[in-house]
Amino acid sequence: MIKLDSKVPEGKLEEKWTNHKFNMKLVNPANKRKYDVIVVGTGLAGASAAASLGELGYNVKAFTFHDSARRAHSIAAQGGINAAKNYQNDGDSVYRLFYDTIKGGDFRSREANVYRLAEVSNNIIDQCVAQGVPFAREYGGLLDNRSFGGALVSRTFYARGQTGQQLLLGAYTAMNRQINLGKVKLYTRREMLDVVVVDGAAKGIVVRNMLTGEIEKYSAHAVILATGGYANTYFLSTSAMNSNATAIWRAHKRGAAFANPCFTQIHPTCLPLHGENQSKLTLMSESLRNDGRIWVSKLKKDMRKPNDIPEEERDYYLERKYPTYGNLSPRDISSRAAKEAIDDGRGAQGQDAVYLDFKDAINRLGQKVIEERYGNLFEIYETITGDNPYQSPMKIYPAPHYTMGGLWVDYNMQSTIPGLFVGGEANFSDHGANRLGASALMQGLADGYFVLPYTIGNYLAGDKPTLVKTDHPEFEKVKKEVEDKNAKLLSIKGKRTVDDIHKQLGRIMWNKVGMGRNEKGLKEAMVEIKALREEFWKDVNVVGDSKDVNQCLERAARVADYLELGELMALDALTRNESCGGHFREEYQTEEGEALRNDEDYAFVSAWEFKDVGKWELNKEPLEFTSVKLATRSYK
Amino acid sequence: MEHKKINLTLKVWRQQNAQSKGSFTEYKVSVSPDSSFLEMLDDINNDLEKKNLEPITFESDCREGICGTCGLVINGQPHGPIPRIATCQLHMRNFKDGDIIYVEPFRAKAFPIIKDLMVDRSAMDRVMEAGGFISVNTLSVPDGNAIPIPKEIASEAMDAAQCIGCGACVAACKNASAMLFVSAKVSQFALLPQGQPERYKRVESMVKVMDEYGFGSCSNTYACEAECPKGVSVKNIARMNREYFMAKVKSQNVE
Repeated sequence: MIKLDSKVPEGKLEEKWTNHKFNMKLVNPANKRKYDVIVVGTGLAGASAAASLGELGYNVKAFTFHDSARRAHSIAAQGGINAAKNYQNDGDSVYRLFYDTIKGGDFRSREANVYRLAEVSNNIIDQCVAQGVPFAREYGGLLDNRSFGGALVSRTFYARGQTGQQLLLGAYTAMNRQINLGKVKLYTRREMLDVVVVDGAAKGIVVRNMLTGEIEKYSAHAVILATGGYANTYFLSTSAMNSNATAIWRAHKRGAAFANPCFTQIHPTCLPLHGENQSKLTLMSESLRNDGRIWVSKLKKDMRKPNDIPEEERDYYLERKYPTYGNLSPRDISSRAAKEAIDDGRGAQGQDAVYLDFKDAINRLGQKVIEERYGNLFEIYETITGDNPYQSPMKIYPAPHYTMGGLWVDYNMQSTIPGLFVGGEANFSDHGANRLGASALMQGLADGYFVLPYTIGNYLAGDKPTLVKTDHPEFEKVKKEVEDKNAKLLSIKGKRTVDDIHKQLGRIMWNKVGMGRNEKGLKEAMVEIKALREEFWKDVNVVGDSKDVNQCLERAARVADYLELGELMALDALTRNESCGGHFREEYQTEEGEALRNDEDYAFVSAWEFKDVGKWELNKEPLEFTSVKLATRSYK
Repeated sequence: MEHKKINLTLKVWRQQNAQSKGSFTEYKVSVSPDSSFLEMLDDINNDLEKKNLEPITFESDCREGICGTCGLVINGQPHGPIPRIATCQLHMRNFKDGDIIYVEPFRAKAFPIIKDLMVDRSAMDRVMEAGGFISVNTLSVPDGNAIPIPKEIASEAMDAAQCIGCGACVAACKNASAMLFVSAKVSQFALLPQGQPERYKRVESMVKVMDEYGFGSCSNTYACEAECPKGVSVKNIARMNREYFMAKVKSQNVE
């Protein structure tokens, strides 16, 4: 049994972070250069942490499996980033952003963490503006805002439909500055394959050099994982092709508890599937829902073209069911409503899709305004589908997009392995059972710029970790294990390709651990995943050797991990006998089909401890709410 | 909405490593017009793997045209025949049944081939590290609205800032010049008030490293803009030349 100590500081909610910053131990400026910190991943959380730690004077080693730090998938975030600036004078505040986020997460996140996130959100905007991020402006030269789902205020800052790109490039330039100053050493094309734990604390990592195939060892006083989420377990998701769970999964197997693995977000506005060989799903930013109206036909199996369906025969189901939030209802609710309409046989022209229509907005504002706001998104849509969304409505469908679950961390972002810290999507900390739009960018940068640099210092000054050299027997042992695992993968020489097995896993996950889950399906999923895992280890074919570039081996190692993680996602979903946020258990719903939460029995974080492949022990961190009242989430 | 498949002949550049000599290998494929170009390559690879043959090495990541990882020369054009998209956004409906398609890596002195269609573009990062940033420390910054920026200026900076760092401009240029790539970053910061303090030092440092890595000088053919998936304008090159001239005039580094 792991002891879960959230280390939430004492005091009033509003004062916790300020007090904690004061109470944390500091490293003498002259001593900072004596400490090495490893950062794995160079997305928003990783790059901003590396930059800030470098600035403070630590020796940072940053790792990415990409050829350049700028390629991390944070770059693909489109719509925007939330902050409680209240520049629009529409009643926003830190407390409101906190409340919206905790309510959006269906009261399954840790109050103190969420409050801190809202508190530092304003610093993020200031930081990014100073770095030269070209946010959208109003004519007076001040920053512009728009609205996102789950909020009634305009607090989302944006840079066209490329906000993630611009914020990531901001963090990337900040890190480049530290590289230039010699404080950050960047290792590209290195994939982390294990963490090295000596005497109970994280002391380094083992990576594969993806050009030479060599397994390399790196040591440090502390390790930060900022390696993103695990939505690619579904094979088809909006994640990038190479986004994967291997770093966090291998850390989990070394002792880091995995929290709330079943909390996955299915995003309502993605492009529908085109066929069997589809490699990924493309997101259409939630910001489109500011001006787009979502509808299906009132008739079943209506094969008419959308423009031929008269107004009175259209069902604007979000506006009908949730009049207050309408098309800006949160993601979990919007996705489920789409599934409901499609299951009812009312999908667009009989397909698995619903319409997202801009006709009214174009009539009201003119095409030019819509072009300015969403031009590049409309272009993306037309490029992929061949249809012009100015003329007929977009077709959209929900897709796996984000994973709220991740490695368990305390208030200091430290996992259950001392010295192993986790930031960004890779941790579980801030979004509960559902993440609101424009909050992932906020969390990544909050963790990297404003939280980890403090808490790492506290760990180094307080725990006084020592540096273990890479010739330590534990480093050798872990390196050998990684090499053996790769050798095993290459030696199977079976009949099935890696992608073939991954796609099969994806279908199991989507059908049984997707938008709607039930006991029978989850139990079946666990049996099927276990069988598929056994088949993988007997019958996969990994072509080539490990002596140079081998993308087949890279993929195989990742899929091996999904085949373990997928089972845990199903197990967690099976254990949580309630519906909350993105986790919808069909047995637990209200008469209107809304999620039925059970605060009495399930107001806790599930932190799974790895025992053996397919065996876990459940630890619970009770969630205590002192500032907000647990309420049924209503967007009606 | 599966359309009728089209049949194509692909001639794909295969090269074991930087030292070996490469050549074209032919593949016959039948593909849905709704499929993307890279999904077609995925299909070929899946077939090769089934035959225990080494798949074609090529890079891609986001497959949404924003990460800049992918980049192939298709029938002689970086990112293929359709303007203003990255390779991953190219769909097969843009080809006809019976077409022969040549697929090659980006070719430039500064981009050595690693394997098959995969090249080393790290020289671009070295240029960025030399000065492509604004020197501000975390938290030592003013309020976001304390620096008003006219909408047109912010918009022009954004036009330059949307470069995805794919290197198509380099691959398109007969001199393998990286002027469009470098000038996009120089312009973004030269336009914005935040970038003023380091304005001239920045352009000097970046151009110096750009030259060191063997990128050529501007060919004035505008091939870079034509092939840029984001349509970054050659106006930025003009701006960078002006910035560089001013930097030399004002420079403290008297040579």
